[in-house]
Amino acid sequence: MDAHVAQLQMQYRNYILSLYQQGFLDDQFTELKSLQDDGSPDFVAEVLSLFFDDCVKLVGNMARALDQIGTVDFCQVGANVHQLKGSSSSVGAKRVKGLCINFKELCEAKNYEGCVRCLQQVDIEYKTLKAKLQDMFNLEKQIVQAGGIVPQVDIN
Amino acid sequence: MVASSEMMSVGIGGMEPPPLDLDEVHVLAVDDSLVDRIVIERLLRITSCKVTAVDSGWRALEFLGLDNDKASAEFDKKNNIKKLKVDMIITDYCMPGMTGYELLKKIKVSTFPPIFDSGNNLFESLSESSSFRQVPVVIMSSENVLTRIDRCLEEGAEDFLLKPVKLADVKRLRNCLTGDVKLSNGNKRKLPEDSVTVDTSLPPPPPPSSLTLSTNSSDSSPPLSPVEVFSSPLSSPEEDDDVLTSSPEESPIRRQKMGSPGLD
Repeated sequence: MDAHVAQLQMQYRNYILSLYQQGFLDDQFTELKSLQDDGSPDFVAEVLSLFFDDCVKLVGNMARALDQIGTVDFCQVGANVHQLKGSSSSVGAKRVKGLCINFKELCEAKNYEGCVRCLQQVDIEYKTLKAKLQDMFNLEKQIVQAGGIVPQVDIN
Repeated sequence: MVASSEMMSVGIGGMEPPPLDLDEVHVLAVDDSLVDRIVIERLLRITSCKVTAVDSGWRALEFLGLDNDKASAEFDKKNNIKKLKVDMIITDYCMPGMTGYELLKKIKVSTFPPIFDSGNNLFESLSESSSFRQVPVVIMSSENVLTRIDRCLEEGAEDFLLKPVKLADVKRLRNCLTGDVKLSNGNKRKLPEDSVTVDTSLPPPPPPSSLTLSTNSSDSSPPLSPVEVFSSPLSSPEEDDDVLTSSPEESPIRRQKMGSPGLD
């Protein structure tokens, strides 16, 4: 059983490292993890869940705004991008945040095609991140169920 | 100006004061982003602060009793609502409706309790009567714009934090609250002792002609209980949780001796 736990822990470590290396996460995610403790064991999961709810809502708003072909309110789109940029920054969702920075410029330039493309990318990106983090949480669960502790991963 | 009931609550005259949360720092956090509210709340709680998180500048003013709501002000007065204790306000800059900068300005010219003129408008006096003017206001922003930062500091912001906010930032703020507060221009000042309680040494402001919560009434300024503030259905559930657990009473004398046990 110990060998099994050790293997899971190693898998977990490698997985987390890869998420950082591939640019999915940044040090703000590390910061969030450091705020979690035995008293608040689900803090990270809770915040991320709210973040993904935000993504659904904001992407929906932007899609609707961009649907008004000919009368697109780019300020409105930009306001939603700004919000998404903020929350992605707060949770360490590095790629989503990066896309938002581009997206903001496209809104300011009132580049319709660019905005539509960028929105598609944002949609894919947040869903990808969601799936990756779900895998991460599943690994954590497996480790705990196997009687082990979830290791702190030093990403430096 | 201070009614006997106020004096009893501060322990003068040998009365046993109710149990007070002397070292409990109460922070009002303002941010339109739910994700950010949860994060800032966690950061503040880790540093031993009681937190009330609201989603807009208007809600913040409401919570502080600084909004132009005469009806709720009279309700509070009638029910002898205890005064609200807020040790720091931390607000996002970019918010729809009222920006953090606008909120900062309103707090810095505020009076408490709200005083209304005959036109039912909020009377913004520059008197030193108890208000939230001396409560430190911290601004948070995702944008590092020097002109923005300068503007906020000029209006009296205590500090300016760049988002995403980290634990180290909040710890630094927290440490400032437990001793002399260092102003950004390097001057030191004592902890705001009148962020809640009535200053007995000053004369009451001139009474406006219409019925108000003026401090020159014999009942003194109506203290504001957090529970009572949320008797109106204007708060969100998460705020109620924070509000119901916070203890509003505070003695001005004890406040100055506030220590900081266990803080790094």
